[in-house]
Amino acid sequence: MNTQTILNQEISFDDEGFMTDHTQWTPELAAELAKANGIETLTDRHFLVIDYMRQCFIENGTGPTVRRLTKQSGVPMKELYALFPGAPAKKAALIAGIKKPQGCI
Amino acid sequence: MNPEPIKKVSIVVSKGSLDGIYPGLIMANGARMEGMEANLFFTFFGLYGILKKYQDKIRIATVGNPAMRVPDAKGFPLPTLLGALPGMSAFATSMMMKEMDKLDIPPVSEFVEMISDAGGKIYACKATVDMFHLTDDDFVPQMDRVLTVGDFYELSAGGEIIFT
Repeated sequence: MNTQTILNQEISFDDEGFMTDHTQWTPELAAELAKANGIETLTDRHFLVIDYMRQCFIENGTGPTVRRLTKQSGVPMKELYALFPGAPAKKAALIAGIKKPQGCI
Repeated sequence: MNPEPIKKVSIVVSKGSLDGIYPGLIMANGARMEGMEANLFFTFFGLYGILKKYQDKIRIATVGNPAMRVPDAKGFPLPTLLGALPGMSAFATSMMMKEMDKLDIPPVSEFVEMISDAGGKIYACKATVDMFHLTDDDFVPQMDRVLTVGDFYELSAGGEIIFT
């Protein structure tokens, strides 16, 4: 666990860099987290994914599977990988301020 | 010092039962989700996983599967003779697919599409294609190419090979 000051706010992260308290999250913070993870600008399409991930986390205590994510957010798989290059579900969770998604799919 | 992370996996799917095909699909999808390069190479009966007409008819073997228990994973062992009854394999398969659906594990056709859309590559083994007299029309559109074993080793260069 470590804390960083971002936008004049003390934010705490776990060892893998996921925020430990999702209530500290704001869209402005997301933009900063995105930059730190190699995404310069967050578009509406990014936020479709981020908002669905947050909603799912708040309802179920964990992020969605990629299958559910692509079906429910309306962002198809190919685009998801383009929006969050590399490891999409993990990266989107980092930026959405939620814990690392559990589950194998 | 932490060991170097895995960057690329090539997974061989050689068996055509439900538990022969799914592990390879789950591992390939998981690899893409972690940002690794993923190749799937379907060979022998595993090839049924990417045959249009048959991929969603994959079943669990209820005969020759000594770990099989009924009515659930902690039930009693299924006697071989009962496992041989008509419809047993289809029944066991539908029970298992229900559980898998709860975990959001898709049917084979959708799973192969997901992996392909995620940038995973799907290959068929040439020896099997010839042996089974298959043509391109038999395969799902996600199948990228038919490979010889030599091609497979070549494109697996620098990565891990996993045989399932």
